[in-house]
Amino acid sequence: MSDLKEELKAKIIDQLNLEDVSVSDIADNDSLFGDGLSLDSIDALELIVMLDKDYGIRLSDPKEGRKIFESIQVMADYIEAHRTK
Amino acid sequence: MESKYYISAYCHIKNGAISVNGIPDFKDDTEAFAPFAKKAYYALKIEHPKFFKMDNLGKLAFIAAEALLKTEYTQEIEENIALVFSNRSASLDTDRKHQASIGNMEAFYPSPAVFVYTLPNICLGEISIRHSLRSENSFFIFDRFNAEHLMLYSNSLLQEKKAEKVLCGWVDFDAEDYEAFLYLVGMEGNIENSIQEINRLYNIL
Repeated sequence: MSDLKEELKAKIIDQLNLEDVSVSDIADNDSLFGDGLSLDSIDALELIVMLDKDYGIRLSDPKEGRKIFESIQVMADYIEAHRTK
Repeated sequence: MESKYYISAYCHIKNGAISVNGIPDFKDDTEAFAPFAKKAYYALKIEHPKFFKMDNLGKLAFIAAEALLKTEYTQEIEENIALVFSNRSASLDTDRKHQASIGNMEAFYPSPAVFVYTLPNICLGEISIRHSLRSENSFFIFDRFNAEHLMLYSNSLLQEKKAEKVLCGWVDFDAEDYEAFLYLVGMEGNIENSIQEINRLYNIL
């Protein structure tokens, strides 16, 4: 689980082009949207594609992302429970 | 016929160099655009993290507007400035990236962040948000730099009081070949907004 969380942090930084943010800057329970990493709606769509591409998880309703992408911890828990690859 | 509108400032970006009003502002020997843009971002003290999410055309236009407008304004702009941009390659550089991501049905994962930049006029939105511009904006595609069109269109916007100033010019990016030339037109300035003068400024670099 710990490895997955570190992996997610690195992927988010890389794929969402978060300049001047490092893995150590993101705490497991930090908000990814709003006051946390300040991700936007396009970033949310990018994360949905990442779930599909890297973990074989297809969200049928993009609104599901709101809960799943609450924090790294919540994301990692969801991926562990639903991943197909 | 003498123009009653004038160019108050202009900016060039080409071959790893940024100049404002003909005076070098930043230069870097890096050949690739991405590292050049990143260095220019820090050198100009831009402080706008969304910059790093933009495509190459967006970054080029954003830096040019930033370099130019910082000489004219010291605080957040809420003036009535219209935007009239043009180029030859539209958003082809990003279009190719998007096409590559949808070419294989076995690995069909188009990036939403790339897709949103498959329109050249997105860069106008980035600049408008940054500088609080809520006026007219247009992006035209031409075979080559078209001073006559830019002059006629900017004069029309000013005459019809659609804007108090017009930021216009050429922002082109394709396969690491890039060039930006922006200039600000309004009632004040030292350079006449004429075809001859626009072409002269464009060809300075």
